Amino acid sequence: MNAVTNPARLHDCRDAFVATLERLGAENPRIVAVCNDSVGSSKLGGFKAKFPDRLVNVGIAEQNMVGVGAGLANGGLLPFVCGASCFLTGRSLEQIKADIAYSNANVKLVGISAGMAYGELGPTHHSTEDFAWTRVIPNLAVIAPCDSVETAAAVEWAAAHEGPVFLRLSRVGVPDLLPAGHRFELGRANVLRDGDAVTLIANGTLTHRMLKAAELLAADGIEARVLNMATVRPIDVAAIVAAAEATGCILTAEEHSVYGGLGSAIAEVVVDHAPVPMKILGVPGIFVPTGSAEFLLDEFGMSPAGVAEAAKALIARKRRG
Amino acid sequence: MQPNDLERIARQIRLRDLQAVVEAGAGHIGGEMSAIDILTALYFRVLRVWPDQPKHPERDRFVLSKGHVALALYVTLAKRGFLPEAEISTFLKPHSRLNGHPNCTKVPGVETNTGPLGHGLPVAVGMAKAAKLTGASYHTYVMTGDGEMQEGSNWEAISSAAQFGLNNLTLVIDHNRFQQGAALKDTNNLAPFPPKLAAFGWDVTEINGNAMDEIVPALEKRGARPHCIVAHTNKGHGISFMQDTVDWHHKVPNAEQYRIALAELSEAI
Repeated sequence: MNAVTNPARLHDCRDAFVATLERLGAENPRIVAVCNDSVGSSKLGGFKAKFPDRLVNVGIAEQNMVGVGAGLANGGLLPFVCGASCFLTGRSLEQIKADIAYSNANVKLVGISAGMAYGELGPTHHSTEDFAWTRVIPNLAVIAPCDSVETAAAVEWAAAHEGPVFLRLSRVGVPDLLPAGHRFELGRANVLRDGDAVTLIANGTLTHRMLKAAELLAADGIEARVLNMATVRPIDVAAIVAAAEATGCILTAEEHSVYGGLGSAIAEVVVDHAPVPMKILGVPGIFVPTGSAEFLLDEFGMSPAGVAEAAKALIARKRRG
Repeated sequence: MQPNDLERIARQIRLRDLQAVVEAGAGHIGGEMSAIDILTALYFRVLRVWPDQPKHPERDRFVLSKGHVALALYVTLAKRGFLPEAEISTFLKPHSRLNGHPNCTKVPGVETNTGPLGHGLPVAVGMAKAAKLTGASYHTYVMTGDGEMQEGSNWEAISSAAQFGLNNLTLVIDHNRFQQGAALKDTNNLAPFPPKLAAFGWDVTEINGNAMDEIVPALEKRGARPHCIVAHTNKGHGISFMQDTVDWHHKVPNAEQYRIALAELSEAI
């Protein structure tokens, strides 16, 4: 079953990203975009048309791209380094660690089409390891917005923030969930719905599926709390502990491997501060079969019905103690 | 500052470097000795830098891509006034900011963190590109090892520097002919470097990288394209028994070797 109820109202978050970047770029001449031949896939055509000199295309060379980003920041510019997340993180992880995070370079890394957004192109183009790779690197903020509102807010926040940021975006359409005018706060989850039976936590393309699952649960008389947790690092410890204490169990879902991502980050907090039963939904540690992102999310139990079913099983575990 | 003065300073830096390696019981002395003449020329003659304002926007940039010779950079920076000279004695000690690879968040004068090889040149390309975009007048220098040029990221950067027309960028390859485990020629022989850089659209100058009267004019050369200096150097330069032996990549002199090395360097001063 598909989570989407009204496809006409779905938004590609890349549009909110570039619209915000172009607006900020008009105000701040220090903003430059850096890419690896990904002008089209990063939707940087408008930025290039407006600020042709400020689009630095290094060609198909991701290690150089990230290093160049660090150097541009050293020279006083504010680079947004854009590329498909699979290549940006996988190919240049050491540059992200040494040149950006360890050097504290004021660079914004923007992983485009993360998760399984490239769908049928297969696991080489999927980026279902990037939370795990990036969130263990000190001094790097890791953020996966859930809709176009949060994407715009996160880009605006990143431009104003002094320090390294990894922004993980999809291209898969999602409905707007957060209210217009929403302001992004690093490390602060948003309660989208309150309940006491279970907490559902997600980010990126999974948040709206969690809300839909909560509606299905409510129809069965089960009230779920839903948290949108865009920031994977630094993780919102207070929100997780409060959720554990209020609802007694936590279910997470992400367009990422079940190993090392959002669910793992939450589990680390739960184990340390408030042990309660948990279930982590995600890509089950395999190279996935052919299919679109939406198909694969459903396939791995992350349709709203799948999430609702997993939530009921988790609640039963909680009751068994 | 005249070549003779620079040579004297280089010998003093070699001496302090040697002492610090022995005190710390570790270091990369061979590659430090090969690079020190170039570092001296940069910091005492060529670079426009202000030690009391290490983040001055118009400062010339220098990136030590072969970050494992950090000690040579620390000694040079200290002698130039970026940090207290007495602090060199903390090299590799617990909680010292002078660890085995330079850290720009802690050590004034260090521009970017290096250590893994093949990182400095892409960052330097970004620095030079930034100057082109902002109209800043600073020049960017980067030093790599010759073995380090085996990293593919360097060639990505070399290609993009030519594409961007970065005539405000100078790459110095410390061509001491040895890498950690063996001679360059017995490992993955990229030499000769000049035709390769020229093929990518760079100007190339070959010099004796341990001769001050060749180093300074090469560093000061300006042209229409990015500039590569292939600096033919000797690993362990200045200490007779270390020269051109692969063993001295990161070996530490014993008491007798230290006595001989001290005598050779002191005699030269």
